[in-house]
Amino acid sequence: MPGGSDAELVARCRSGDALAWSELVDRFSRYVYAICVQAFRLPEHDAEDVFQEVFAKVYEHLDRLRDDDAIRPWIGQLTRRTCIDRLRSRSREEVTEDVEPEGVDESLQTIAESLAVHEAMAGLPDNCRDILDRFFARDESYKVIGEALGLPGGTIASRISRCLEKLKAAMEENVEVARPVSG
Amino acid sequence: MIRVKAHDIEQLARLIGVLPLAPEGWVHAAKELPLARRGLDDIVARAEADVAFRARLVADLESALAEEGYEPSPPTLEALRERYSKE
Repeated sequence: MPGGSDAELVARCRSGDALAWSELVDRFSRYVYAICVQAFRLPEHDAEDVFQEVFAKVYEHLDRLRDDDAIRPWIGQLTRRTCIDRLRSRSREEVTEDVEPEGVDESLQTIAESLAVHEAMAGLPDNCRDILDRFFARDESYKVIGEALGLPGGTIASRISRCLEKLKAAMEENVEVARPVSG
Repeated sequence: MIRVKAHDIEQLARLIGVLPLAPEGWVHAAKELPLARRGLDDIVARAEADVAFRARLVADLESALAEEGYEPSPPTLEALRERYSKE
């Protein structure tokens, strides 16, 4: 993974590496944002407050993280709890349950899977990450993508197709590597 | 680590779209946290060492900071407000 594993990135943050914090924010900003606006459907101004609060807590408590590899679930949980606190604070009633929108667990699972896909994209060659992200996540047209990346607009569709195949291969390779040895 | 169970192309395309970019300003503000925190620490340290400065912070936070040439970010200002408004 560019920038190193999660654990390596956390270690760099702890050592005072000035760029590491910025990389950490880049690595998890979409994740935190998606949990706020998709899983918990917070309005934009609440989502912004939660987003900043989560990163402030991460910055403050990074030293307390026992397992550096666990930063991802930790940030996920932190974001979830902060979203719930925000929803409760907006409610006039003494609500202790049911503030989470329906289907939040499924949304969180999908968001986590998406994060894994984006990480696999980061290792793809030939502008694939940029091309796929611009088309599928930013809804940019072939023309806009072509202009931004200096590529002929007529080739974008075929590049998207090739990049998706490369992504599929990269994801399958990851699973092969991660598959536990049995027998 | 989360693994995507099936790797069909359509599913991958859909999953890419699940994570849109966070607004640029939000990301920028989060990246500035260490800088903001250092600014906060400086002001708090000075207030602990300088009773008069601390009293001015308590009386009128924004004016005291401006008079001393501090230009705190909104999160820093909020943290200071929370700290000194309770006194």
